[in-house]
Amino acid sequence: MYKITEARFLAPQVKRFRITAPDIARRRKAGQFVILRVQEGGERIPLTIADSDPGEGTITLIVQGVGKTTRMLNQKEAGDAILDLVGPLGKPSDIEPYGTAVVIGGGLGTAIAYPTAKALKQAGNHVISIIGGRSREFVILEDEMRAISDEVFVTTDDGSYAEKGFVTDRLNALIEGGRKLDFVLAIGPIPMMRAVAEVTRPHGIHTVVSLNPIMVDGTGMCGGCRVLVGGESQFACVDGPEFDAHQVDFRTLSTRNAMYREREKASLDAFEDHECKMMKMAEAAEKGAGV
Amino acid sequence: MSNPLSPKARMQIPRQAMPEQEAAERSHNFEEVNLGLDDAIARQEALRCLQCTSQHCFNGCPVGVKVREFIDLVVEGDYLAAAAKIREDNVLPAITGRVCPQEEQCEGRCVLAKKGEPVAVGYLERFVADYERTHGQVGLPPRAAPTGRKVAIIGSGPAGLSAAGDLVQKGHEVVVMEALHEIGGVLVYGIPQFRLPKEIVRQEVDNMRKMGVEFRTNVVVGKSVTVDELMNEEGYHAVFVATGAGLPIFLNIPGEHLCGVYSANEFLTRVNLMKAYREDHDQPVFDCRGKDVVVVGGGNTALDAVRTSLRIGARTASILYRRSAAEMPARAEEVKHAREEGVQMLMLTNPVEFIDDGKGWLDGVRCQKMELGEPDASGRRRPMPVAGSEFVVPASMAIIAVGNRGNPLVQATTPDLATNKKGYITADDDTLKTSKRGVFAGGDIVTGGATVILAMGAGRKAARAIHHFLETGEW
Ligand SMILES: Cc1cc2nc3c(=O)[nH]c(=O)nc-3n(C[C@H](O)[C@H](O)[C@H](O)COP(=O)(O)OP(=O)(O)OC[C@H]3O[C@@H](n4cnc5c(N)ncnc54)[C@H](O)[C@@H]3O)c2cc1C
Ligand SMILES: Cc1cc2nc3c(=O)[nH]c(=O)nc-3n(C[C@H](O)[C@H](O)[C@H](O)COP(=O)(O)OP(=O)(O)OC[C@H]3O[C@@H](n4cnc5c(N)ncnc54)[C@H](O)[C@@H]3O)c2cc1C
Ligand code: SF4
Ligand code: SF4
Ligand code: FES
Repeated sequence: MYKITEARFLAPQVKRFRITAPDIARRRKAGQFVILRVQEGGERIPLTIADSDPGEGTITLIVQGVGKTTRMLNQKEAGDAILDLVGPLGKPSDIEPYGTAVVIGGGLGTAIAYPTAKALKQAGNHVISIIGGRSREFVILEDEMRAISDEVFVTTDDGSYAEKGFVTDRLNALIEGGRKLDFVLAIGPIPMMRAVAEVTRPHGIHTVVSLNPIMVDGTGMCGGCRVLVGGESQFACVDGPEFDAHQVDFRTLSTRNAMYREREKASLDAFEDHECKMMKMAEAAEKGAGV
Repeated sequence: MSNPLSPKARMQIPRQAMPEQEAAERSHNFEEVNLGLDDAIARQEALRCLQCTSQHCFNGCPVGVKVREFIDLVVEGDYLAAAAKIREDNVLPAITGRVCPQEEQCEGRCVLAKKGEPVAVGYLERFVADYERTHGQVGLPPRAAPTGRKVAIIGSGPAGLSAAGDLVQKGHEVVVMEALHEIGGVLVYGIPQFRLPKEIVRQEVDNMRKMGVEFRTNVVVGKSVTVDELMNEEGYHAVFVATGAGLPIFLNIPGEHLCGVYSANEFLTRVNLMKAYREDHDQPVFDCRGKDVVVVGGGNTALDAVRTSLRIGARTASILYRRSAAEMPARAEEVKHAREEGVQMLMLTNPVEFIDDGKGWLDGVRCQKMELGEPDASGRRRPMPVAGSEFVVPASMAIIAVGNRGNPLVQATTPDLATNKKGYITADDDTLKTSKRGVFAGGDIVTGGATVILAMGAGRKAARAIHHFLETGEW
């Protein structure tokens, strides 16, 4: 069992956890992830290690509740524990003194990009962060990103906060404004990553994306996480998760990621239904106790 | 010798059949197919053994189980003694009795095989092992006084488990590290419940735990910790690498990335390890209900996958194999069981493309007919495509089971560990020593995908060599 020492919501459905895992805390590098199982009978899901404190022996995870497992995890509080946790998995990010590095995070992607942005800064890069969200409440980690970036831009699709528009609008503006960009890291929804790749491609800017295919073991054993990169099969859990954005076949990735959508929805509905019933039962019990 | 019958009388007894679940019934559940012999049938079967001095059966067994002697004890009715006799050479008899390819090993060499049907050595091995299990009489072997020496075992498949069992008995401190969240390797994530109930594996693991073996799950050596760190920082005096051959090989044909195309490892892991067939587990992320499922390959893995797909609701389930039935490497019994359950066998059939339904999902498999040419390096006749023979097999799920390679995570972070061209670790045949002092390797990570009994044999061989190394320090 792995103990949760801290748990706090950063945005609706986005929660940050600190978990005791000294071995992982000690060796993890930016760009790596863990696979965890919340409880017996649960699914194994990959989550990026957002940060770690080797002294304290904890790692930080930032979780967006999109389905049954992540919602279940988001119900956990400090003092609770999770059943299985393995890592650090995947290849660390390639951190080099590129010069000017742009880090783009869309929605939850900001959390996944944060550790790499921090490492890029530590390696002496001039870091420009572009954080995007559908609307104000989906912009996460702004303060954290400001602390490790030289410049920060925030965009919201609906203009409810900061600049109205997409992260790519801001990226385009930078390029058109004549800024020399040496490296771009983009992490977020697949359409966003694909759009960023198309923006930088004509300018020949080295661009990296972090892919999130569905994973099972995370050790190269199942092949379920295979992605097409440069026409070749790669296993994201051991060969990635970061790949050259200009080589990635995004279309295949997005159809493969949607493979279980119906089953996932059924599983989430059943879970919420159950939660709902439990709430009603709890309310009824309270009322019962009251009279 | 206790057999009261004359050789002639023995030879008149027919080979006893294994009671099994009806095909129509079992193809919809995950209960074990073979129900096991009862005392009377087991004794009757044991009476068939001619107790030959030549002991071909013994020679056919990769670890040299004293078949003749244990069968004699079955005739005597002393099943616990029979089990103990097997355990002298084979620490996992309840497992090997179920999954060994007996027709190529002990039974294949039995003198009776020449004239008719061999003694059912596998069934008898299973019978005595189950008797021992259910009568709880095993009694754990005594453990030697602590030696103060620490051994790390990487991987908890049959190779790792058997090495751990032997080494802990010698008084060494033994820690088994496993990447997954459960112990057992292929025995838990690959071979399905209906062929090898997981309770059996769990019981073996529990016995080892009682003997003092420490198991650590969720440790990926090469990622969580390296071999050098284990030896230089964590104080291990020896390491046994038993990481198996767990890297799936794909076909490299068009359409392999379509939704609905799986490796057998992924499919079986989801079903066996993650229990996708149980409502109370979250893994039922797919099911085969109403689907036409094809499985590419002809080994045990292919048969396990195809029979599993039937059990989770496939409308049709077919094997596509590029050679003929005679070359199928799977256990004979599995092929028979699969046919009875309604699996279709498309032989001399080679997939060349997975067809897209236009929305990114699999719609069918384009195949070509093959014919057998001259024998190839494996000694089997090489399949050659027949010109103009392409045809489409309709399918909405395809599972690829054409073999595995060695998992490279340990090798990649242990540069002084020599490997061969295929990426398997090089180890001495007798001592299983690798190129790195203090590090031994065995099982599928050395041989490539083989069998449970060979992996178990390798684990025991390694245990002997490791013990010697720890005692003498000689390399
Ligand atoms: C290397 C890697 C790092 C990741 N890091 C993080 C992280 O730091 N924080 C975080 O919240 N999430 C992260 N993810 C995504 C996370 O693993 C999934 O959201 C999670 O598996 C969903 O499980 P679920 O049971 O809650 O939802 P499900 O019911 O399985 O899925 C719900 C929805 O999420 C989509 N989905 C399912 N699996 C994935 C996936 N692997 N990636 C993206 N969408 C998916 C489904 O298509 C569906 O729409 C990462 C994924 C990978 C591969
Ligand atoms: C589906 C299937 C059916 C089979 N059926 C039969 C059969 O009927 N009869 C038969 O005799 N044989 C059968 N086999 C073959 C047999 O199971 C294998 O030969 C045998 O299990 C090999 O044992 P092993 O101990 O070498 O490795 P495995 O059983 O493969 O165990 C290796 C273990 O190491 C772990 N591991 C890998 N890398 C690391 C790492 N870096 N750190 C920590 N742990 C790691 C893995 O997770 C795994 O648990 C079958 C195989 C499969 C896949
Ligand atoms: S271990 Fe396997 S080959 Fe040896 S006697 Fe038993 S069943 Fe036969
Ligand atoms: S070869 Fe067959 S008949 Fe002879 S001892 Fe062995 S099992 Fe018995
Ligand atoms: S998750 Fe199984 S191979 Fe990558």
